[in-house]
Amino acid sequence: MGEGAAAELIDATKNYGSLQAVKGISLSIGAGEVVAMLGPNGAGKTTSISLMLGLRKPTSGSARLFGMKPTDRRARSRTGVMLQESGVPQVLKVSEMIDLFRSYYPSPMPTARVIELAGLEEKAQSQNKDLSGGQRQRLYFALAICGDPDLIFLDEPTVGLDVESRRSFIQSIKGFIASGKTIVLTTHNLDEADELARRVVVIDHGLIIADASPDEIKAKVIGRRVSFTSGKPLTQTDFDGLPVMHSEIQGSHYVLVTSEPEALLRELFRRGTDIRDLEVAGAGLEEAFLSLTGNRDR
Amino acid sequence: MTASYPRMLWMQFLAEFRKFWRVPAFAFFSLALPLIIFIFFGLRDPTSPYAPGAIVTTGAYVMASMAAYTVGNVMVFSFGIGVAVERGQKQDLLLRASPLPPAIYLLAKVLNALVFSLLAMTVLFVFAHFAASVNLSATAWVSLAGRLLLGSLAFIMLGFGLGYLAGPNSAPAVVNVIYLPIAFGSGIFIPTQFLPDFIRWLSPYLPLSPFAQLAWSVLGIKTDRSVESNFALLGVYTIAFFLLALWAYRRDTSIKFT
Repeated sequence: MGEGAAAELIDATKNYGSLQAVKGISLSIGAGEVVAMLGPNGAGKTTSISLMLGLRKPTSGSARLFGMKPTDRRARSRTGVMLQESGVPQVLKVSEMIDLFRSYYPSPMPTARVIELAGLEEKAQSQNKDLSGGQRQRLYFALAICGDPDLIFLDEPTVGLDVESRRSFIQSIKGFIASGKTIVLTTHNLDEADELARRVVVIDHGLIIADASPDEIKAKVIGRRVSFTSGKPLTQTDFDGLPVMHSEIQGSHYVLVTSEPEALLRELFRRGTDIRDLEVAGAGLEEAFLSLTGNRDR
Repeated sequence: MTASYPRMLWMQFLAEFRKFWRVPAFAFFSLALPLIIFIFFGLRDPTSPYAPGAIVTTGAYVMASMAAYTVGNVMVFSFGIGVAVERGQKQDLLLRASPLPPAIYLLAKVLNALVFSLLAMTVLFVFAHFAASVNLSATAWVSLAGRLLLGSLAFIMLGFGLGYLAGPNSAPAVVNVIYLPIAFGSGIFIPTQFLPDFIRWLSPYLPLSPFAQLAWSVLGIKTDRSVESNFALLGVYTIAFFLLALWAYRRDTSIKFT
């Protein structure tokens, strides 16, 4: 395996008592990839990450970090983590906390650089208990990156933040992504996945239901489905120049996925396309999950 | 490649020390409380014999008792409450995912508790020396501190076990409810002849009894058991509390991390 995948799940399942949180996930995250694991709450994202990190043991199947057992100290020394709901000692200062975590890693980043990347310049000498929610997320981010690890897990990095702190925190994460590290983040926000990642793995009910680029996922998820039948046969070329992200032709039934249904219809009518049984269906994220899962045997 | 363990240990120790020092309740309990109790029991005619016909003074006797009480107190509280609070705030989650070996985390806590115990004893000794004219030979001072630090392992294990059994809010109460009666029952504050019969019967076997005897015998007081037997009894407690701690630790982590 060697330097192949940075993190891997192989047919992994995880049961908590009678609850099956992960129902069989195989996932390989290559070096340098920026992957978002997208799914509603309770989909199994955090459990998947816990398996990859060795925080939880798979009920069946296995997990690997850099080809090693996830609990191997050599693998851990190349991995940084930001976890939901984890705590830090209240009375330690931000810079002390960062220095402490830096000492866990063989070749950490300079403290000043970590503080700058995390945007914590003004709070470096504050005790952890005096941080706001957004600043606390930034501290956890700083602890994840301070060891200059090759692989970074960010579990719901922006959860609970207001719009403003969320936006500026996303900018910090983006600044770090530019460094070419492997990053795995979880989110239930498609925009966030789109903004940060180049690969989106959609998880629902403990299964991967899609694994594609953000654009492809968006096409399935946020697009409106314009469907109609036509008396006159149409081919893909008839849709050239239309604001269409994805099209399907099933006999005389046509489905066009678009983010601009009004413009699409205006153009179709202008071209005099024969349209009958017109339907425009929206797809919110939840609906999209349903439609994505609908194509699969549960 | 992994980071250097000595450096990790040093940084972890610094963090533990700061955590302890910056929480006034901890620092106060470990440094000031023994002094206050010493003032109550030790400053009334401190140079008189502690018992009729004895050479050892009241001041020296109470100081040795308080030293034993304090060291056990620092251990039980710092581990019991410290671990419970850390669990309550889920600090263990992030540490568990980090490259920090659990052994270094534990060792740093032990070192910090030993340093604080030594600090608390020093404060007590200096106070007793000047306020109660307690004069011991250099060897006796060192031997007193050394025996207590060595024997404190039993209380580290007890604290560790309680920290994994008690909730973060109930930990201070649980620790007090267990430690304070043991201290009274072992004759640390008041001689055991003032205690009810069944406690007097139990008294020599309570964990603070061999601990206090180790302190008293440094002064030249003849104790029920020899130094060796006292260390042996503490060793039995260390093993018993270690097993308790291990069981509690496994119980806690098997819920969260499997």
